[in-house]
Amino acid sequence: MAERCRVFVLAGNGTNCEVETAHAWRLAGADLVDVVPIWDWAAGRASLDAYEVLTFPGGFMDGDDLGSARACAHRLRHTAPRPGGPTLLEEVVAFVRRGGLVLGICNGFQLLVKVGLLPNGGDDPRPTTTLGPNARGRFEDRWVRLLADPASPCLFTRGLGEFELPVRHGEGRLLFADDAARKTTLDRHLVPLRYALKGLPTDVYPFNPNGAEEAAAALTDPTGRILGLMPHPEAFVVRTQHPRWTRETVPEEGAGLRLFRNAVQAVRGGNG
Amino acid sequence: MGVVIHRVEVGIREDREDAAGRRLARRIGDDLGLRVEAVRVVEVYTVECDAPRETLEAFAASALCDPVLQRHAIDAPLEGDFEWAAEVALRPGVTDNVGRTASEALALQLGRPLGPDELVTCARQYRVARGPGRPEDRARVVEGLLCNLLIESYRLWEGGGAAWFSAQVPRVTLDRQPQVRTWRLDLPDEELLQLSRDNVWALSLAELRAIEAYFRRPDARAVRAREGLPPEPTDVELECLAQTWSEHCKHKIFSARIRHRGPDGAERDVDSLFKTYVRGTTEAVRAAKGERDPCVSVFDDNAGVVRFLPDWHLVFKVETHNSPSALDPYGGALTGIVGVNRDPFGTGMGARLFCNTDVFCFAPPGWKGELPPRLLAPRRVLEGVREGVEHGGNKSGIPTVNGSVVFHERYLGKPLVYCGTGGILPARTGERDAHRKYHAPGDAIVMVGGRIGKDGIHGATFSSEELHEGSPATAVQIGDPITQKRMTDFLLVARDAGLYSGITDNGAGGLSSSIGEMARQTGGADIDLTHAPLKYAGLDPWEILLSEAQERMSVAVPPDQVPEFLALAQRMGVLATALGKFTDDGIFRVRHEGKVVAALHMDFLHEGLPRLDLRAAWGTPPPQPVRPPAPPDPGGILERLLARPNVCSKHYWVRQYDHEVQGGSVVKPLCGSRGCGPSDAAVVRPVLESPRGVVIAHGIAAKFADLDAHAAALSAIDEGIRNAVATGADPETLAGLDNFCWPDPVVGPRNPDGEHKLAQLVRTCEALREACLAHGVPLISGKDSMKNDYHHGDVRISIPPTLLFTVLGQIPDAARAVTMDFKRPGESVYVVGRTAEELGGSEYFALLGEAGGVPPTARPEEQARLYRKLHGALAEGLVSACHDCSDGGLGVALAEAAFAGDMGAELDLRPLAADGVDRDDLLLFSESNGRFVVAVRIGSEARFETRMAGTPCRLIGKTHSGGRLRISGLEGAVVVDRDVRELQAVWRAPFDFAGEDREDAHG
Repeated sequence: MAERCRVFVLAGNGTNCEVETAHAWRLAGADLVDVVPIWDWAAGRASLDAYEVLTFPGGFMDGDDLGSARACAHRLRHTAPRPGGPTLLEEVVAFVRRGGLVLGICNGFQLLVKVGLLPNGGDDPRPTTTLGPNARGRFEDRWVRLLADPASPCLFTRGLGEFELPVRHGEGRLLFADDAARKTTLDRHLVPLRYALKGLPTDVYPFNPNGAEEAAAALTDPTGRILGLMPHPEAFVVRTQHPRWTRETVPEEGAGLRLFRNAVQAVRGGNG
Repeated sequence: MGVVIHRVEVGIREDREDAAGRRLARRIGDDLGLRVEAVRVVEVYTVECDAPRETLEAFAASALCDPVLQRHAIDAPLEGDFEWAAEVALRPGVTDNVGRTASEALALQLGRPLGPDELVTCARQYRVARGPGRPEDRARVVEGLLCNLLIESYRLWEGGGAAWFSAQVPRVTLDRQPQVRTWRLDLPDEELLQLSRDNVWALSLAELRAIEAYFRRPDARAVRAREGLPPEPTDVELECLAQTWSEHCKHKIFSARIRHRGPDGAERDVDSLFKTYVRGTTEAVRAAKGERDPCVSVFDDNAGVVRFLPDWHLVFKVETHNSPSALDPYGGALTGIVGVNRDPFGTGMGARLFCNTDVFCFAPPGWKGELPPRLLAPRRVLEGVREGVEHGGNKSGIPTVNGSVVFHERYLGKPLVYCGTGGILPARTGERDAHRKYHAPGDAIVMVGGRIGKDGIHGATFSSEELHEGSPATAVQIGDPITQKRMTDFLLVARDAGLYSGITDNGAGGLSSSIGEMARQTGGADIDLTHAPLKYAGLDPWEILLSEAQERMSVAVPPDQVPEFLALAQRMGVLATALGKFTDDGIFRVRHEGKVVAALHMDFLHEGLPRLDLRAAWGTPPPQPVRPPAPPDPGGILERLLARPNVCSKHYWVRQYDHEVQGGSVVKPLCGSRGCGPSDAAVVRPVLESPRGVVIAHGIAAKFADLDAHAAALSAIDEGIRNAVATGADPETLAGLDNFCWPDPVVGPRNPDGEHKLAQLVRTCEALREACLAHGVPLISGKDSMKNDYHHGDVRISIPPTLLFTVLGQIPDAARAVTMDFKRPGESVYVVGRTAEELGGSEYFALLGEAGGVPPTARPEEQARLYRKLHGALAEGLVSACHDCSDGGLGVALAEAAFAGDMGAELDLRPLAADGVDRDDLLLFSESNGRFVVAVRIGSEARFETRMAGTPCRLIGKTHSGGRLRISGLEGAVVVDRDVRELQAVWRAPFDFAGEDREDAHG
């Protein structure tokens, strides 16, 4: 439990949501938000030690040229700030093990899955799910309805209920390696958010925009301290970002901001 | 050990669906009419490395293959069941983005930089389970869809015991020593012109003679003797002059003296269209606006700059990338978008980019006809361009917020790809105004970004030529958004740290253009091309100087800051190389391997170009009114209009472009109850801490240009302004950008109606001035593309003269923006503006096959007053919906507002302010400018009517919660009675390739 909530937002090499993601953390009341270039992290000029929250924002790291986040996952596995020292991935795992919170949005979620941190967490980092190309084989930007699982251990999604966010991706189709992986994940309620239609999880396009199994829009780890999600919570922090704000009653504060507030509160010990 | 070549094949696991393959199979059916069963896509990596087998295996497993979804095989075919396969690889030297990423990943795996012979290249294999069997059909599948032979090559495997694909490396090997040639120019006219053609200089005889004369000048001879150059020009100098003097860079037609005979037969002289109608207009508008002049920097940088907030300026630029997109739609369009990104980025001290726009002009996708040689099928152009802009925009993290797709048969000759980018520039960097550049003699010239290859050589001169069979393949480049993103991330850090004094982009003409332009500020430059980082050896110095290899900026760095600048670049993974320095000796000097290879006087380079003298003569009679017979069912006509390509939904594009990244989105391209309404303009908040919004809109009306170019221009400008005003922009804040795409307007043996095309250009410019003065809209930037023709044998296809007018507006509180969808039942619906019988070129007449008629004109003075009043009503919050009437007229606008809001309406045409139009179909489908459909909040009607007093503003009915749009005609009978959901379905169907018929964000 920490008094301060200090957030590390990774940037560079193709990320493109770091500015609004940092803005969302500030609106949510984080004490310090640093946007850190990946090159500084890789060179040991920045360290996770000084932070309580690590964020991987959306984008196209390494262009997603070898499949979404694959080249970047490879980069984290093979980059060590000090020769012979821990790799960037090992730093992330250590950060998780000492209680840090990790949020991966869109490309950041793809990264957490490809390095194996989701859904199995820092104690058992092996990939048992993936995020594959959308069933329609194309990138899409559209708003979806999401339903939070109240039984999920996820700290970020507590009390969220049903709400809307935009998705903007070409590879967001959550697939399990096999039935065992699916069962473990579901049994532990590690799918904290699902695509929804009329209040129920859905497989129907475009409400489930990518054909994700179990209508899964997000994954958490058994501690609930890591969240990865395809939709963009930082893209709905104020009313005018909503697609129908000119015709419906939309609260001044966007639903996405609650997810950031939950995390800040959890860090400060209010709920963690 | 030594370097060994391996092949790694990676494919989707057999028990998983291959979504990309499925999409391809469908396109083979849709586009080519051929049946195939199950296509699977396999990525093929050719890995050349000096490493043990187990390292390669670890690399493939970690970097190339997703174990949950994919499988891979090393040095063996991936197992599978299929009849035939094609493997498509990039030709040597074509930018391989996937290969570049894979090579970086390999270096990480090896824990060391790659050696000179180590590389990963990427190819793609398509495996077809069954069909088509005939070899010619297979060739159609590959060449018609999978492989663009200009930049790619392919190999086939057709079973029957044939050997599987072997490892093949597309490496450029230029087995030659770089050389510098000299040319004699004292040749007879015809020989000199042939020399220009053979070298793709695209120089005219007068220009060649001016160059010949320069090299005889005593001061030129003295410089050459001093620098150790021969008296004759080198190829470096001639190429540099040809590029600098190209139509693309010098806008020779816009600068020409023109003798113009107008429609009234009177002759007069125009001394430069640009000075008279573009810069002159802006100067007049700025003078009239006085204190309220929004302009900060116009016409003297890469993009226009206007005031936004006390600490921030807006920067905007629109470009075209037509010729490359005709040859390679994907690469051309991708490079178009990442290329225009660098314009605002290279304006002043460099702006952060916050939005993209795109307007495409294509031949209709259903076009059926014999394709002339070298042209690609319209559907293939459409899909390639769409994907290029998707990758360019999405991967750069810049939202695509506004655009259009326009169809006309004559865009077969050349598709138009307009790409625009907006930036946000701090008012100051440190103590200095950020909209200027501060480089001085002695500052280092540093090239930042990618390496140089033969990419895009002669792009600038080529785009100044018509498309023909021998058009050079090297004119096509492929952009790399990630390399560019790394570069812009780095340069923004360097800007804020004050590490450079000036910046500009490397676009058309490469270093020759960027350094040549920047050197004007100091009075000279001295660069050594030996230092330039190359993709491969063997380039001649002139090729290095002119290469349009992408993702490069030229930066001026004060000498004491060079080490820090270069160190920061290295830290951020960006290539930066000092090439020389700016000077003040009046010479543009280029060195290579210790020798001076070019030394040109700056004044000749930039001012030595002889001006053109051109003739323009209006050659068509004034449009005459025509009246087709009245149709029995205007409602049926409305449905057919809604399905026309120019009118129907463009969600296919919108959904595939990220239009929300960066978090500033306020009005998105699609709005309404189910996200299906076509917004008139975009509203974006580029500074998240401020409520102030930027409104981005445009108008384009080329369909009227054949009938009357002047009316077409007035229509485009009015449409752009109208769209901005309808969405809430304050008319006082507007700024415009003019982008002309024209068929060749210079008369010649192969272009007999050139004088008329030039007269159309003059008339368009006259309209531009008239409208901008009336509306008080300064022009802040623009561009012209002048040779949009296709020529082969006797076939000549010239595009319709096309003016794109982009409008940049502002809205002090973005939460006052208004969208076009009807909001609530019981609201009063008004039509603002007068309807006249202006159907020439309209969608309705096009539907009927009627080529004649009078096109819409505009009354800018009257409309400017009207828009200010309407804006007052919007700003006061009286209006719940406001929609511009354009393609398809009032009928289409009413239908769109109704189905976007999922709301019926009971309306009556009789109250309309109509100038003697006495038929329902003409009222419904005339495309008169200056009109809006407006819904007013319940209780605000009186206030609204008071505000609009004295204008043609008429109450025509009310919205209601029933699902029907009912319109009564002039006789009182109902002439349109349709279910709004059915209208919407008709409107969405033509481009609903993904089958989103159930789209409903409400759930």
